[in-house]
Formats: sequence, structure tokens, C-alpha cells
Amino acid sequence: MGQITRFMSDGHRHCDELFAAAEEAVDNGDLVASRSRFQAFHTAMTHHFAMEEQALFPAFEEASGNTMGPTRVMRLEHQQMRDVLAAMAAALATDDLEEYLGEAETLLILMQQHNIKEEQMLYPMSDRFLENSGDAVIQAMRELQEDSPV
Amino acid sequence: MNLPGLSFEQAPPFSVPLRFFLTAPWFLVLAAALLLWEGPGIFASRWLPAALALTHLFVLGFMAHVMLGALLQILPVAVGVTVPRPRLTAALIHLPLTLGTFALAGAFLGGGPIGFQIAFGLLSLGFGVALAAFHLAVWRVPLVTDTVIALRCALGALLMTVILGLLLGGYFGWGRLSLPIVSLTNLHAVWGLAGWTTLLVAGVAYHVVPMFQMTPPYSQRLSQWFAPLMIALLIAESVLILANWKAMAIWVEAALAMGLSIFAIRTLILLNRRQRKIGDPTLIYWRVSMVSLLASAALWLLTPLVPGWAQTPHLEWLMGIMLIFGFAIAVINGMLYKIVPFLAWFHLQAQLLGQRKPPNMKRLLPEAHIRQQFLAYLTALLLLLTAALYPALFFYPAALALGITGAWLGMNLFSVWRIYRRTLCEDR
Repeated sequence: MGQITRFMSDGHRHCDELFAAAEEAVDNGDLVASRSRFQAFHTAMTHHFAMEEQALFPAFEEASGNTMGPTRVMRLEHQQMRDVLAAMAAALATDDLEEYLGEAETLLILMQQHNIKEEQMLYPMSDRFLENSGDAVIQAMRELQEDSPV
Repeated sequence: MNLPGLSFEQAPPFSVPLRFFLTAPWFLVLAAALLLWEGPGIFASRWLPAALALTHLFVLGFMAHVMLGALLQILPVAVGVTVPRPRLTAALIHLPLTLGTFALAGAFLGGGPIGFQIAFGLLSLGFGVALAAFHLAVWRVPLVTDTVIALRCALGALLMTVILGLLLGGYFGWGRLSLPIVSLTNLHAVWGLAGWTTLLVAGVAYHVVPMFQMTPPYSQRLSQWFAPLMIALLIAESVLILANWKAMAIWVEAALAMGLSIFAIRTLILLNRRQRKIGDPTLIYWRVSMVSLLASAALWLLTPLVPGWAQTPHLEWLMGIMLIFGFAIAVINGMLYKIVPFLAWFHLQAQLLGQRKPPNMKRLLPEAHIRQQFLAYLTALLLLLTAALYPALFFYPAALALGITGAWLGMNLFSVWRIYRRTLCEDR
């Protein structure tokens, strides 16, 4: 497994853990924990999108000379996930936990089929295209993560 | 590196996979009707024509419909290749497969050679198109991953299953060749169930189990080697059976059964280590499926060891029910509850263009409906297994329960489509 694949896949697993923790709190009807855990999950997702859209995808597009291919679809799917995340936030804001769980179930499938594409294809391809600049791209993503507002 | 054929385009039109998913459950109802019509005598032997008709209503009518429909949907996600002209391809697979299933069941039930000839034509068209489309896709992929390897093996096993099936169908339709019918039938079943079905489930499981249930991943050794080893064993089994080396074949069968057990046990262990804490009806289906796979593998292992078992028709039925209805149909039924509501949501959000929020998956299909149907499924499974042992007492309840769970699944999936249609109409 290449270093970009490993770094980014670890990010997915981290988001998964936060997703499951938030969902568990909602399922228990614990509103306070639900809100704080969802916030942590939402923030991690936003960070991950930002790392890809601002660092990894541009590097990939430049190295592969292709801006209309895989990365275009990945950006599109990020937007779909942002919409569902907004619906989850709205459900929590009105204490509608049933609605949250339904949106969460939808997000889970959307998110995982997206992750499969990235982990199976986009990341391994990034490792190949960015063989010499992988360290720099990961460093750029790390810095982005630290700078991003929470 | 260039990217030949790589396409991330998300999905074929909803109608492409949906037609398969909405048709399939009604073949379970048809299977139940056949059981009620034939009565308990059908359990006397798996070689009875009615028993073969019943088996094909399950494996072609239900399993092949969903498996081929799902492949049209998941290939772009799993391996990054789309099937060209999806609407036409889907129509050329779905219609011949549906009609071919009817024709084959009818042929077994007394349609005579002409029935087998019609079934032969329809099924060779449907499977021919499917095999060509899917093999072209998986052998052209830009990146060979473990999933690609498993899919190639599964589709290789499907090719063998279809060739053997067509040989047998051709024999009953035209009867010109002299063929070792019993050996070919056994090989046809083994390639179909331990090959095509198990390897497709495994290829899907490598992703679906860790990602949707949030478990640790399968070990790389298993995901890389399970499918190729199973194929090697299936080839060895075929050679030994056709060369009539029965004593050696028993050892290969034991190895195949061990392979199935290892996959089942590994999956059950992973499911026990899931991080997602809330209940999920699909999880229950996965567990029932893997327990059934393990039980049928154990039965397969033990049969040659226990004197007299190999000749007992009850045990063959038990193994068949566990493998087909307990393992394959359970996992497919469970997966349909993720696939169909998600696809409905997905196509709705694409068509509503952000003007309105599509109903989420649990509004498209409430979890309570899924759980109720699962109870019907479990009742049917347990009754069918008891009926194989005590047909006099449990046969009719088992047939009824099978019809109920099939119809319930069909209605649950149909209700998703109805909400989908209604939501789109409201928009206009």
C-alpha cells in the first residue's frame, strides 16, 4: 500500500469511528452527546474534503493532466455528502432524532461507496502519479488540517 | 500512466438494475406455489423433475436475477468500469433470463424436449450477453485489486456453470450426445454454488462487511487467495469427477468445504467486532447467511465420513436448503435492503436538482417493514429445514411461509419504487 493510500484511508477510518460514535449517541437519545459527537464528525469530514480538494486533487490533476475525470466525480460526491451532512445538522437542531438516523443511514452508503472508489482506484493511482512528490503532498495536507478552523 | 476505460461515472439509469430486483422476489412466490402444487412427495429426491424445477426457480429466478442486476450497478463503483449501453444490455439480459427461467421450470414439469430447446435458446442469449459484457469489463480494468481478482474468478465460475447447464439442457432438448448426466449435474451445481455464488458474495463482502458494518478488514491473505484457490479446487474436482477418480475427488470436496467454512467463520468473527453500535437488519441477514454457509459446509464435510449419509435424500435437501435459501438468498435479501432504497434516494437527489430534499433511506423503506419481513424469512428457513426431515408435518407450513416472505420482500421493494415515482410526480 502506497503512502498516500495509507494516509488517506486512515482518514476515512477516523471519520467512520466518529460517525459511529455520533450515531450511537443519537440512538441512545442523548441529545448533548449527539450534538458534540456530530460536530466532531462534521468537522473531520470537512477537513478531509478540504485536504482532497485543495491539495491532493490539484496535484493529481496536474500530474495526470486530467481535470474532467475521476476527481470531477469525487468533487461532485463531496457536494452530495455536504448536502446530507446539512440535513443531519438540521435534524439535530430540531431534535428530530428519527430523521437524523435516516439521513445517517443514507450518508453511510453514500460515503462508503465513495470511499471504495477512492481507496480502490483514486489513491493507488495518486501513489503512482505522485511517486516523487508524495511526501510533499501529504505534508501540504497535514498543514491544511492544522490550519483549518474547527 | 494513461487510464484506459476508467470511468467514475456513478450509475446506470435506475431502471437498469431495478427491473431485476423487482422481478426476483416473485420467483420465490412461484417456488412456494410449485411446492404447494406438488405436495410433500417432492422431497423424495433432489433428482425429481419437480425438484429440479424448484431449484431453478430459486437459483435462476431469484439469485441470478439479483446477482446480474447488481453487477450492472456495482462494476463502476467496485472496479471503475461501466458496461456499455446499459439499457440495451440490461434488456437483453433481463427478458431472456426471466422467460428462460419460466421455460426451464416448465420443461422440467413436463414441457418435453421443446421446452428445453426454448429454455436453451433464451438462457444462452441472456447469459451470453451478461458474460460477454461483464468479462469485457473485468478484464479491461485499469487497476487489478483483490475485488477484481474475486470478480474475475466468480465470472469464470459463472461461465463454467452456464456451459455445463447448457450441455445438460441441450442433452434434454435434443439428446444426440451421450453425456455423463449425473457427474455433469453435480459439477454444474458445485460450480454454480461454491464457485459463482460464493466468490461473488466474497468479492462483495471484502468491501461491504468492513465498510458498511465498520469492522476490521479481511486479512489480505484471504482476500487475495480465497477466490483463486477455490477456482483451482473446482478445476481439480471437475477433472477427478470426469475421470471417475471418486476417492481423490472426496478429498478435493473436503478442501472446498473447508474453504467455504474459512470464509464463513472469518466473516462471522469480523461481524462480531463491528464498531457500529446501532442495530441494522442487513447485519442479521449476513449472520444467518454465514451460519448457514458454515452449516452446509460442515454437512458436506461429514457426509462421506458417516456411513449411509451419502445415500440419504433428506441430507441432500438439508444441504441444498441451507446453501441456497439459508446462505445465498439470505445475504441477497439483506443486501437488497441497502441497494434499492439507496439507489432510489440517489436517483431522486440527482433528478430533484437540489430544489427539494429527497426522502432519506429510512423514509423510503421503514426499518420496521424490513424487520417484519426478516421474521417471515427466518420462519420460512426453519420450517423448510424441518420439512426436509419431517415432511408430513411441516411441508405445507414451510411452503406457505416461503410464499409469504417472498411476497413481503417483493412488496417492500415495490413500495420503494412507488415512493420514488410519487416524489418525482410531485415535482412536476
